[in-house]
Amino acid sequence: MIQVKEITKYFGKKPVVQDVSIDIVPQKITSFIGPNGAGKSTLLSMVSRLMNADTGEVLLDKSDVRRWKSEEFAKRVSILKQSNFMNVRLTIRELVGFGRFPYSKGHLKPEDEVKIDEAIEYMNLEDIQHNYLDELSGGQRQRAFIAMVIAQDTEYILLDEPLNNLDMKHSVQIMKILRKLVDELGKTVIIVLHDINFASVYSDYIVALKNGRVVKNGPTQDIINSIALKEIYDMDIPVQEQNGCRICVYFNS
Amino acid sequence: MNLPGIVMKIRYLLTATIVLSIVSLFIGVINIKPSDLLDFQSEETRLFFISRIPRLVAILLAGAGMSIAGLIMQSLSRNKFVSPTTAGTLDATRLGVLISMMIFANATYLQKISFAFIFALIGTLLFMQILNRIKFKDAIFIPLIGLMFGNILSSITTFFAYKANIIQNMSAWLQGNFALIMKGRYELLYISVPVLIIAYIYANRFTVAGMGEDFAKNLGLSYKFVVNLGLVLVALISTTVVLTVGVIPFLGLIIPNMVSLFKGDNLAKTLPHTALLGMAFLLVCDILGRVIIFPYEIPISMTVGVIGSAIFLIMLFRGKAYA
Repeated sequence: MIQVKEITKYFGKKPVVQDVSIDIVPQKITSFIGPNGAGKSTLLSMVSRLMNADTGEVLLDKSDVRRWKSEEFAKRVSILKQSNFMNVRLTIRELVGFGRFPYSKGHLKPEDEVKIDEAIEYMNLEDIQHNYLDELSGGQRQRAFIAMVIAQDTEYILLDEPLNNLDMKHSVQIMKILRKLVDELGKTVIIVLHDINFASVYSDYIVALKNGRVVKNGPTQDIINSIALKEIYDMDIPVQEQNGCRICVYFNS
Repeated sequence: MNLPGIVMKIRYLLTATIVLSIVSLFIGVINIKPSDLLDFQSEETRLFFISRIPRLVAILLAGAGMSIAGLIMQSLSRNKFVSPTTAGTLDATRLGVLISMMIFANATYLQKISFAFIFALIGTLLFMQILNRIKFKDAIFIPLIGLMFGNILSSITTFFAYKANIIQNMSAWLQGNFALIMKGRYELLYISVPVLIIAYIYANRFTVAGMGEDFAKNLGLSYKFVVNLGLVLVALISTTVVLTVGVIPFLGLIIPNMVSLFKGDNLAKTLPHTALLGMAFLLVCDILGRVIIFPYEIPISMTVGVIGSAIFLIMLFRGKAYA
């Protein structure tokens, strides 16, 4: 269980995350939403111990993430950042293999190969598993990274804007995969999202941030309504129900 | 697969290296035939062991070492154009040698080595620090900064060498040259053997570190340790090569790039290819340098510079802009 307790982070003198406390509900999708500069990515980085909080603490199983041994933590929590674009020439299979690094330290054993095969199969990447990452489309590359995280086999999967630069079809594909990871494999997914409607349709819980503070935190249906959205985004956003999905029509508000 | 791709197979690279090694052993002003070696007392046998074998070993170790040093640097800096030549490492090493010679009137080998190593390490660390500070991360821009940085170090070296009247002495390290290699003057290069073994053991960690700090931390890798270890290895290799052979330009740049083009960037997979191709390439350059104006010799830094820059330009124009 991940608990965030009163964490604050300053960039220089400017507070980017202030006094944030949240509990992450296990085996659910929690989305961090909010305007640009609200501190969503910074918060995610602190939860995944890529960044240290200035005050407060993040607990994994009641123990401060900074006190975890890094390879043990890497078996529990994985994070994909949006900056994971790269010019390193690795094949998909090699990349997925690195997901086993916390277990194998790079010397893959037969059980690691099994996990790699499963992850590649789960993401439907068998046909292109020997292609190099720089030859892939954006959607394929994103799937390859998620396959790596699946191979890493952590309970918690954190993603920082995984839909960046993806078209509609691939965005939907990625969100459906994340949903499957939670429903079928029992993972806990925390995700920073820009598109409020993807958050509305796919997440179980939403944490809304604004100017570094949590303004709303709760089940999705409590957040996706005009009153709450006004508070988060300072916009009058009508919410319409379509096939059981709540859609925020913010384009002309 | 096209021809260069097939050539990248490990067994062909190994065969080429062995054949070239044998050729290298039997080229020279004094004609040594394999049959001469049967007589242990002969002048030819003596020459063979004092000059030819050391020269071959030096070429092999320097070729593998500089190529692997380049590969590690490119991985850690995440830039295909960074190498000991384009990051100021070699210039810093030379500055270190100069300073050891200025402080101690008759610098011993050990003093030169320690100073060269410390300077190579500081120089490379400084360059990596500059890299971290730059916001504008254009692929070509970074090696340009490295070259400028190297030139500043180099002009400092020249200035003090000039003032202290040791320019003549210093120029020995300006140009790479295998002609002076003989028994007793190259053994320092053996340091690169354990260095290469460590590089191989840590290959996977270098690959992970090469995907960025966040990526490495996600996998539980102690990023800073791996980067620092890589820089120490690079500094060690550069020091031993500069002190024994001299500066060999381009090698650390083109060899890893050629391998990467066909074999990718998974270091555990490409390290053997890189080492072998580096050896074979340096052997070809050395053999050419020895036969073109026979019985005289062209220094290795010149042959490698000419052939290497040509290959590099071809790669730049033909390759996809993936660097």
